[in-house]
Amino acid sequence: MNAADLPALNIAELQLLLRRREISPREVLEALQSRIAEVEPRIEAYLSIDFDDAVKHAERTDVSLPLGGVPIAIKDIISVAGQPCTCASKILRNYRALYDATIIRKLRAAGAIPFGKTNMDEFAMGASTENSSVKFTRNPWDISRVPGGSSGGSAAAVAADTAFGALGTDTGGSIRQPAALSGVVGVKPSYGRVSRFGLVAFASSLDQAGPLTKTVRDAAMVMNAIAGADPQDSTCLNEAVPDYAADLGRDLRGIRLGLPKEYLIEGIDPRVRAAIDQAVAHYDSLGAEIIDVSLPHTEYAIASYYMIASAEASANLARFDGMRYGHRAENPRNLFDHYGRTREEGFGPEVKRRIILGTYVLSSGYYEAYYARAQKVRTLIRRDFAEAFANVDALISPTSPVPAFPLGERSADPLQMYLADVFTNAANLAGICGISLPCGFATMENGTQLPVGLQLLGKAMDETRILQIAHAYEQSTEWHRRRPPLETGNFQRPTSNVQH
Amino acid sequence: MSETVELDVAHVAKLARLNLTEEETKLFQAQLGRVLEYAEKLRELDTTDVEAAAHAVPVFNVFREDEPRSWLTAEEALSNAPRQANGLFIVTKVVE
Repeated sequence: MNAADLPALNIAELQLLLRRREISPREVLEALQSRIAEVEPRIEAYLSIDFDDAVKHAERTDVSLPLGGVPIAIKDIISVAGQPCTCASKILRNYRALYDATIIRKLRAAGAIPFGKTNMDEFAMGASTENSSVKFTRNPWDISRVPGGSSGGSAAAVAADTAFGALGTDTGGSIRQPAALSGVVGVKPSYGRVSRFGLVAFASSLDQAGPLTKTVRDAAMVMNAIAGADPQDSTCLNEAVPDYAADLGRDLRGIRLGLPKEYLIEGIDPRVRAAIDQAVAHYDSLGAEIIDVSLPHTEYAIASYYMIASAEASANLARFDGMRYGHRAENPRNLFDHYGRTREEGFGPEVKRRIILGTYVLSSGYYEAYYARAQKVRTLIRRDFAEAFANVDALISPTSPVPAFPLGERSADPLQMYLADVFTNAANLAGICGISLPCGFATMENGTQLPVGLQLLGKAMDETRILQIAHAYEQSTEWHRRRPPLETGNFQRPTSNVQH
Repeated sequence: MSETVELDVAHVAKLARLNLTEEETKLFQAQLGRVLEYAEKLRELDTTDVEAAAHAVPVFNVFREDEPRSWLTAEEALSNAPRQANGLFIVTKVVE
């Protein structure tokens, strides 16, 4: 195989070549390095890359391991020992992680090679990656558009074949939504399925890390590696991890798919709606039973989510005080001046907004009205899902109401950006699992084709089922084989007047 | 802005130990006012007998063996410090 063709492979294909010793892990890294040199100036998915470190690990790896010799890109909110971990924030600009997160340790134990850290919305707060303090990442399908967020760098790298697979984190849709907008597969595991130890915390009751990959099988392979109990994360559940990859391939006859009526609202782009309708019809033809269901509290999910997520963020981000690590303001007059200016200089606008919002909803006099009420509504949302899952195996919906939007279109209006999460937030509140996979393309006015994502939601700890259902769709369609049109030489950097 | 939204961004910023410029204060006041106004819809629901969910998956009393193991050295722990000396973090003066 020509080295230049290697980066287009998926993880399963790459692993086969590595196992047959047709290529070495080092050759894989070199091929990836050339691809990144060629494409990265257009996409800007990475914040840091350390090939020397990756090569060192690659030379010791055992290619017979499940992910032996497979390079994996890592969202810059996950600690990789010795590498920067900036969360795309100025406050952590010079910070280096001192240890591997549990999921990195597990990836390495499975033979995978972390090699680079991907761009994101600062501290994972956003849905477009425009809140990065470093740079904008561009959607490989149309570089004037966002890749989604917050794991936009991970999604764009996988879509652009500058990563075979990546890790992201999902607090309210941050894996699934960029996967949808960039045309890749993304899994948000159930809360407690994957360890959070070594992740920089955003909202501790909502955060989960998971894979972004080119295929459902690849996502299952990464899930096999990262899932499971961790003595260092007491919220990580002590339950056996199935072999997700081996369990794929089940046929769908008799599977019951719920179509929540509240998820097929006005405001969905008609091209997205058409792709979803087609996907539902396709599932019907595969033998699945389509059942109308109701999640009556859906319209309250975003409000509940932003109260809870901001409250938890304001508490978690209190640790950035400029004492033991991170940015510190020069020559503070006193302690309050030290805190106030360190945080003013270190945090970007969206992070500041969430800290203010979160501090407010937790403050005396407003706690009951906002935070406590949001938690009660969270209970109602959980009950909605429990009732729906009594009758169906999984729920089916769009991942995002719109395809990738232009850079700058939504960044001035936080509420508009929050509404981008309308179909993804509730799963985090309920702790259930979800996957987004490509299900078609929206043809824009100028002829550009943008990917559309299909979301499947499953019961807590039922990743096996949604992976099976996603795999059956993927294997009987061709969407996942389409690659973005990046091979047109003569690239000119687009100008944008995005306000930051 | 709705009368029920009483957010005072300048005051909350002090509580959060976060300096804001005047411009930011004004901008956030308007933007977060709209977010809180949107959040008013949570009041439409009767939550009288509903228990609050602090976590998606309630787990209790998770313990592990209290076993010593190696962790960061003092030198490693100090490696990201903005200021350090003699194996210690140098912090801003806390008492006058």
